[in-house]
Amino acid sequence: MSEITAEQVAHLAYLARIDLSPLEITSLTRDLGQIVDSIAKVSEVATADTPATSHPMPLTNVFREDVVVPSLTVEQALSGAPDRAGDKFRVPAILDEE
Amino acid sequence: MPYLTKLSAAALSELLVSKQVSAVEATRAHLDHITAVDTDLHAFLHVAGDAALNNAAKIDARRAADEPLHPLAGVPIAIKDVLATQDMPTTAGSRILEGWVPPYDATVVARLRAAGLILLGKTNMDEFAMGSSTEHSAYGVTRNPWDRDRIPGGSGGGSAAAVASYQAPLALGSDTGGSIRQPAAVTGSVGVKPTYGGVSRYGAIALASSLDQVGPVSRSVYDAALLHDVIGGHDPLDSTSLTDSWPSMAAAAREGLQDGALKGVRVGVIKELSGDGFQAGVTQRFNETLALLAAAGAEITEVSAPNFEYAVAAYYLILPAEASSNLARFDSVRFGIRVNPKNGSLTSEHVMSATREAGFGAEVKRRIILGTYALSAGYYDAYYGSAQKVRTLIQRDFAAAFSQVDVLMSPSAPTTAFKFGEKLADPMAMYLNDVTTIPANLAGVPGMSIPIGLAPEDGLPVGLQIMAPAKADARLYTVGAAIEQLLETSWGHTMLSQAPALTPTEMFASEEGAV
Repeated sequence: MSEITAEQVAHLAYLARIDLSPLEITSLTRDLGQIVDSIAKVSEVATADTPATSHPMPLTNVFREDVVVPSLTVEQALSGAPDRAGDKFRVPAILDEE
Repeated sequence: MPYLTKLSAAALSELLVSKQVSAVEATRAHLDHITAVDTDLHAFLHVAGDAALNNAAKIDARRAADEPLHPLAGVPIAIKDVLATQDMPTTAGSRILEGWVPPYDATVVARLRAAGLILLGKTNMDEFAMGSSTEHSAYGVTRNPWDRDRIPGGSGGGSAAAVASYQAPLALGSDTGGSIRQPAAVTGSVGVKPTYGGVSRYGAIALASSLDQVGPVSRSVYDAALLHDVIGGHDPLDSTSLTDSWPSMAAAAREGLQDGALKGVRVGVIKELSGDGFQAGVTQRFNETLALLAAAGAEITEVSAPNFEYAVAAYYLILPAEASSNLARFDSVRFGIRVNPKNGSLTSEHVMSATREAGFGAEVKRRIILGTYALSAGYYDAYYGSAQKVRTLIQRDFAAAFSQVDVLMSPSAPTTAFKFGEKLADPMAMYLNDVTTIPANLAGVPGMSIPIGLAPEDGLPVGLQIMAPAKADARLYTVGAAIEQLLETSWGHTMLSQAPALTPTEMFASEEGAV
C-alpha cells in the first residue's frame, strides 16, 4: 500500500497551483493511492544498469539560422489575454501585502 | 446532395477535379448533414459554416480558372480541438480555454489550408486529451454513432465519430497513448499515429511532449494516406520534427491493393497483447483476420514483448509528469480565463490557483497532482526515473520483434465501445483500456487501426492495430490497405455501411436497401 495522505495531496496541489476543496482532496487521496499502487511496479524491472530514455527519437543540436523571421504582433500576442494594460499583460500583484 | 457525404475523400476528390461537383456543393452537403445529426451525436464543438462555404467558393473560383490545385482541394475536413486554428475557438475540451481564438495556426492546419481543404469545424475531445472515452470533455460527451449510449473512444472521440457518421470524410487527431487508434477501433473507422516527429506538433496544445503525435482520421486506409501526405514532413517550427524525406503514403497504400501484396509479409502477433482482459468477440475477429492474412500468403508468427506488461505503469508516470509541466502555462495571464479567489488576497499566485481550480476538470487535476508527485524530491528516481528505464526496455522489445518480422499486430483495444459511466469511477480501469496502444507511443513507432468486423456478442466494431518500425509508416499503409481490401471483399461491403441509420432519410434508404 502506498502512504499517500491528505496532507501530501494538499501540498502537491499547492505546488501545482490548484485550489482544491476538502472533498476533492479526499477523493484525490484515494485515487492517487490506488494509481500509485498500480504503477509502482515499474521499479521491478528498472535495474541500475538500464539506461533511461527521455525521448523516443533523440535529436541533438537542433538549430536554425540566426535571422529575423515574422512573429506575432503585440495585438496578436495580447489577443487572448484576460487583462491588459496598453501593450502589456496586466497581472495581479506579485507580492502579498501581508 | 446527401450522397456526397457517403463518398471517400479520394472519390470526392475525383468529382471535384473533374468539376462534376463543386466544393460549395460538397461543403454544403456535409454542413447539412452536421445540422441533421450532430445535435444528438455532438462530435463538433464548433462548426464554421460560413467560413467553410466562403473558402469552398474560393476553391471553386480557382478551379474554374484552371489554377493548379492539390487534388484534395475542396474536400471538407474536421479538426480536433487540440490544434490551434486562428479563425476558430481552440479549447482542447477545457473550460480554462473557453472561447480562446489563437493568433496563429498549427502547422498541420496551415498545410491543410495551403492544400485547399475546407475546414468544417473543431471536434470534441477529452480535456487536454486526457481520457479514453471523451467523457472528460468540459463541453459534454460525444455519442458513438453505432450505439448512442456508448463512448466513441478518446481522447479523439469527436474526430472519430465525425468521420464514422459521415459528417466529414477526413479529420485530424492527436495520439499520445492511443487517442487516434482507440477511437478508430470503437467507431469502425481508420486512424493512424505516425512515427514520432513525422508530423509537426507546432500548434498542437501539448499534453506529453515526448509522446504526442498528430495524425489522420478517415474511413479508409487510402484516405488516411492522402491526408498523411498533406500534413507530414519536416517543420522547422517543431524542434522534434524529423528532417527525413518521406515516401508517398498514398503510393504505399496503392501498392497494398496490388495482387499478392501480403505474400511473404512477416506478421508478428504480440503474445502479451492477448488473452485475459480481451473481449471474446475482439479475440475472435482478430484471429479470423490472421487466418485471412495467412491464406493471402502472410507468414504469421508469435513474438514476445515481455516488458509491455510495464508499459501502462510507465506511461502513467511519464505522461502526468510531462503534463504537469506543460499545463503550468495555464496561469491566467496570457490566454484563457481568469478567476479571482473568493477569499484571501488577489495575488498572482492566488488568482492562478483559483483559475486552475475552476478551469480544470477532475481528470486533469488528477493527472497534474500525480505528475507533481512523480517528479517531487524523494520519489523522482523510484517513479519517473524507473519509468524512463522501462521505456528503454520497451524500445528493446520492439527492436527484437522487428528483427524477426515486418509488422506487429494486436487488437487495437481490448474491448468494443463501453457504456457511458462504466469506467468513470475507476481511473485505473480507464487507464488499462490503453494497454494495446501505449507501447507504440513510448517507443515512437507508427501504429494504425483499421476495422475488422463486429463483435458477435454486441454487434460493435473491432479494430486491428498494425505497428511498424520507426520511420516505416509507408509499410502500415501498404499492409493496411491490403487487409482492408481483403476484408471488404470477403464481406461484400465496407464496415461502416453496416452502422445504424442516423436520419429519417437514411432510415428510409436503408429499408429500400440503398445504403
